[in-house]
Amino acid sequence: MSNTSARESIFARLHSARSAGLPYAPVPEKWEPAPIEDKKARVARFVELMTAMRSEVYQVKGDEWVGKLQEILAERGLKNLVYGPGTEIAKKLESAWKGKKDVGAELVPWKNDVEEFRDELFAADAGITTTMGGVAESAAMILWPSPQEPRLLSLVPPVHFAVVKADRIWTSFAEAIRELDWSAKAPTNALLISGPSKTADIELILQFGVHGPTDLIVFVVE
Amino acid sequence: MASNKTFDFKQNIAGALADKQLRSNFKNATDTLRGKRLAVFTDPEETLRLRHVGNQIKRAGLNRLPELLEQLEAKCKENGIIVHWAETVDEANNIVLSIMEQHGAHKMVKGKSMVSEEMHLNKFLEDKGKLPLETDLGEYIIQLNNEPPSHIIVPAVHKNRKQIGQIFADNIPGVSYTEDTAELLAIARGRLREHYRTADIGLSGVNFAIAESGTLCLVENEGNGRMCTAVPPVHVALMGLEKVVGTLEEVPALYRLLCGSATGQRITTYFNMIKGPRKPGEKDGPKEVHLIILDNGRSKILADKQLRQTLQCIRCGTCLNHCPVYTRIGGHAYGSTYPGPIGEILMPQIEGLDKKGNLATASSLCNACEEVCPVMIPIPALIRRLRDESYDMDENGVVKGHGCKKNLLETVIWKAWKYMQVYPLLNTIMLKKLQLFGNKLPKVGPLKAWTSVRTAPKFARQSLKDLAKKEGIRNE
Ligand code: SF4
Repeated sequence: MSNTSARESIFARLHSARSAGLPYAPVPEKWEPAPIEDKKARVARFVELMTAMRSEVYQVKGDEWVGKLQEILAERGLKNLVYGPGTEIAKKLESAWKGKKDVGAELVPWKNDVEEFRDELFAADAGITTTMGGVAESAAMILWPSPQEPRLLSLVPPVHFAVVKADRIWTSFAEAIRELDWSAKAPTNALLISGPSKTADIELILQFGVHGPTDLIVFVVE
Repeated sequence: MASNKTFDFKQNIAGALADKQLRSNFKNATDTLRGKRLAVFTDPEETLRLRHVGNQIKRAGLNRLPELLEQLEAKCKENGIIVHWAETVDEANNIVLSIMEQHGAHKMVKGKSMVSEEMHLNKFLEDKGKLPLETDLGEYIIQLNNEPPSHIIVPAVHKNRKQIGQIFADNIPGVSYTEDTAELLAIARGRLREHYRTADIGLSGVNFAIAESGTLCLVENEGNGRMCTAVPPVHVALMGLEKVVGTLEEVPALYRLLCGSATGQRITTYFNMIKGPRKPGEKDGPKEVHLIILDNGRSKILADKQLRQTLQCIRCGTCLNHCPVYTRIGGHAYGSTYPGPIGEILMPQIEGLDKKGNLATASSLCNACEEVCPVMIPIPALIRRLRDESYDMDENGVVKGHGCKKNLLETVIWKAWKYMQVYPLLNTIMLKKLQLFGNKLPKVGPLKAWTSVRTAPKFARQSLKDLAKKEGIRNE
């Protein structure tokens, strides 16, 4: 491969382009929507915009989301729910399922490397993840997949449940970047997710569920 | 693809204009996209401010391009991403192939990448016996029908659902005709999910590459980009070298501009930020990530103060939707990877004025593109510059193929014109002649072509100058 020489000649041209005398461009300004100071208003904006993106949002207190989750699973006849063991929500899920025998959906832990789990994952009905929080003005949840909650957990199962803590909802992406010390701490894959998978590639008609989840169900937890 | 064959722009335009279905598909689509954009950018002042910030970010990035690329390369390496450099599309294609061969890979799932279109990667890989599969729904449709994209954001926008139903029925075994969009979607979903699960390699483009952290950002709605970058064991990302930005802080503004301009969205469904392959302990993600950085003429464009603004482009496609030419002739007529206003300035610089200089003629210079461009590229000024370079009267051309349209007759005429303007007496004599005989000029050559669709202007019996003189106006 002529890789090194390609690199050298590209950089040679780039450097000589500079010496050709360039127009001055200052360090760019920042752009950021004005912060919504009031938490209630911030959460309300998040819920409003997420819903407009076709996400189903439930505002719940404490551990109420577990009951709501079981209700939805039963209502829609979802047969199983994949989760990542070892997270904050995992314990709650496990104990809720232990106590209740009549939950229709089976709780499936993702334990192994995807190579051993891929077929099961592609056959799953639903998955659940935690989030790092939400962004009100962008109508997005922030996901930082981890060894416990791998990347594909929020992508492959057709229904994605996500838990967002109300006091981790920021106004803007820019604010979240600062608050989370994103540049330094982000994992190998980080995501903003604003709704179910969608496309408008046929006659610009909006349709949902093209490759990723067809449904995104969000619990905003106070 | 068309750009490899002989390219007859005029004939393409005539063909496109005669196709009523095509014209209505494009008109509907571009009308809708313009409306959607306006629905997001509601406050003109705020929009202007945001565009100004976008412009500054990209300009500042281009000013530090070598440093940013070096930093990006170093950070990517630190993160475990393997970085390759390609001067030409040939080199880039061969790098992709060699990665596939190292892994014994046959099936590739592809996310949307305009750079891969620029490389004609699919054709290249197919010729080598590989199976590259487009997964973006629009790209999937046109790959089935063996066509290039007609729009950089919505590649199958030239087809309506009936035509798409027919394409599916003709090309996917076991599928019968339907024009129900939900059914069409379900068919594609079923096929493609199976391919993700079994592909050997995934390929994607890059919307922004962040130098300070070595992060590749991908913007999408469908989730196919995430599938291609997270399911297969190897991920190859392709980027043009102008896609680098300095810091993560610069990204929110560019992302907002891109979503709003491209599809009139506040945000896309997914913003996917990739910082490397699977780490020990992680259960999924590719085991190897490659980044191929393509030049293909870009570093040369950078050398010119004015033309380098072409490299600010974030490929939002909104200049296409606002162009009175594009909205009538559609994408394929341009016979180029990038159609519309951005194509008119980019393609002649990449492929040469002799090959693609004609694209710069497809503009009424109405300025609509410049008014909406999220990074404020002065597209009409660049079009005029490229037109000038085609004739290269001053012989200062820098673009490949400059002076290609220069011919003796025109050179003589322009020289004569210049001479006349310098010597007022000559000018007066010439004007008098035209007043007497101008209307009797035989309609041959270019004049014939011009008057075949237009009425020739009439020379007045008295010139404006004479009239002014009579009225006693003196302004010389
Ligand atoms: S030139 Fe401007 S408007 Fe056109 S695609 Fe590029 S960024 Fe968008």
